[in-house]
Amino acid sequence: MSESKIIDARNTFCPGPLMELITYMKQANVGDTLELLSTDDGSAADVPEWIHKVGHEMVSSEKIEETWHIKVRKIK
Amino acid sequence: MSQKISIVCVSGTREKLQMAAMIASVAAATGDAVSVFFSMNALTYFIKGHSAGVPTEGEFGKLLAQKGVPPFKQLFKQAVELGDAKLLPCSMALDLLKITNNELDSEFGPPTGLTRFLSQSEGGQLLTF
Repeated sequence: MSESKIIDARNTFCPGPLMELITYMKQANVGDTLELLSTDDGSAADVPEWIHKVGHEMVSSEKIEETWHIKVRKIK
Repeated sequence: MSQKISIVCVSGTREKLQMAAMIASVAAATGDAVSVFFSMNALTYFIKGHSAGVPTEGEFGKLLAQKGVPPFKQLFKQAVELGDAKLLPCSMALDLLKITNNELDSEFGPPTGLTRFLSQSEGGQLLTF
């Protein structure tokens, strides 16, 4: 059964949010969804690049007030 | 496609160590084969129990000291843990510092000479900080 997890990386700077995501991605199971919360605009651009390069799936990315909500799914 | 990235750290300033650590951690966690060779002033920060602060080159270095910026030692550690990066101490630097490999942080690999490092780096990118 796939799970959904929120990773709160607000108030950390590049590459902090990405490294947090990668740490949890390693522990997650295939099919799990991870939602990264980040206040770093640079990471909002860089995380989708990493997801694309490594071969996972971008589900959504939106900025709500000052926080980016970047949802990704582990697919391998 | 993964690539081979070799990084040489010689400077002991916060800006250079931070940039090297950022590249090492992100590249390693993306699947690139990363080796980081530490020599000169860069190596001393990785001696167990080292607690002295890191000098900055300029104003930006002070910004890096603020809360929320991942410290360079943490990023190098993540490069090893998340992406199997190799942290290699320069054998000449160990000799001059009169220390052994066991006195360095546990993430460090074996003492490495230039000949071995250069042949390991062959065909990849080499970045120096």
